[in-house]
Amino acid sequence: MKFGVIVFPGSNCDHDCYHAVKHVFGQEAEYIWHKTSEIKKFDCLILPGGFSYGDYLRTGAIARFSPVMAEVERFAKRGGLVMGICNGFQILCESGLLPGVLTRNRDLKFICENANVKVENVETPFTKTYKKGQVLTLPIAHADGNYFADADTIKRLEDNGRVVFRYSTIDGKISPESNPNGSINNIAGVINEKGNVIGMMPHPERMCEEILGGIDGKGVFGAILSA
Amino acid sequence: MKAKVYVTLKKGVLDPQGKAVIGALDTLGFKEVKDLRVGKFVEIELEAPTKDEAKKCVKEMCEKLLANTVMEDFKVEVEG
Repeated sequence: MKFGVIVFPGSNCDHDCYHAVKHVFGQEAEYIWHKTSEIKKFDCLILPGGFSYGDYLRTGAIARFSPVMAEVERFAKRGGLVMGICNGFQILCESGLLPGVLTRNRDLKFICENANVKVENVETPFTKTYKKGQVLTLPIAHADGNYFADADTIKRLEDNGRVVFRYSTIDGKISPESNPNGSINNIAGVINEKGNVIGMMPHPERMCEEILGGIDGKGVFGAILSA
Repeated sequence: MKAKVYVTLKKGVLDPQGKAVIGALDTLGFKEVKDLRVGKFVEIELEAPTKDEAKKCVKEMCEKLLANTVMEDFKVEVEG
């Protein structure tokens, strides 16, 4: 499979994503500069974490108008797999490819820690390697991960199984105590209606090797490869 | 012409910054504060044939970029 990792000015998890797909999974991978207005022959596009445009105005607000984003939209419309991690998730929300928005964490702090993340939907091209309800340990590193959408949107997401990941306790309990950032319903990741565009705040690409602390994130890439 | 844009969080959207500022004001003894929301203010110098057209143009800027209408409201004032 060929992966494209989009690089915005201020992306800083682009190398982690590239490393995971290229060296851990032995797949083809290429960086795509955000000024690129034509992208060809990719099977999956990754929008990595970081601080595109210094988070000016709002996270992802300016990156969303980078020339490459029109291509990402076309790619998604054709059914191509798109994954936004952390800042990538924020950009996908700003672009309207995913609903909702990620706002400042409830406690105003930048959170950098391992979080317990429950897999709620295993019928997606990004999660089919997991068991329903499985709890993963994945790192989070963000100041704006507090997922917000209006009540109707949240209901639509919940009713259709589009909340893919949720912050939980180690044994899978969803509670306010296991919510690191104040996200509505502990939401950590959502998928679009068509099921080919996913956004998540936790970083699976940083949990693909034992030497880096665990392999709970491997299933995301494994699922994409078997898509 | 000069346009002033006020971007504020919609009702019901959690404003942790506002809550922290309320807490600090309370510590300073300002017990009068009932509620407080932190927003953004943008000043724009622009050229437009009329005030109405300037306002229309700035509103479009707000909808496309300056505000995220999922969580924010905006107000535009044009001077001059």
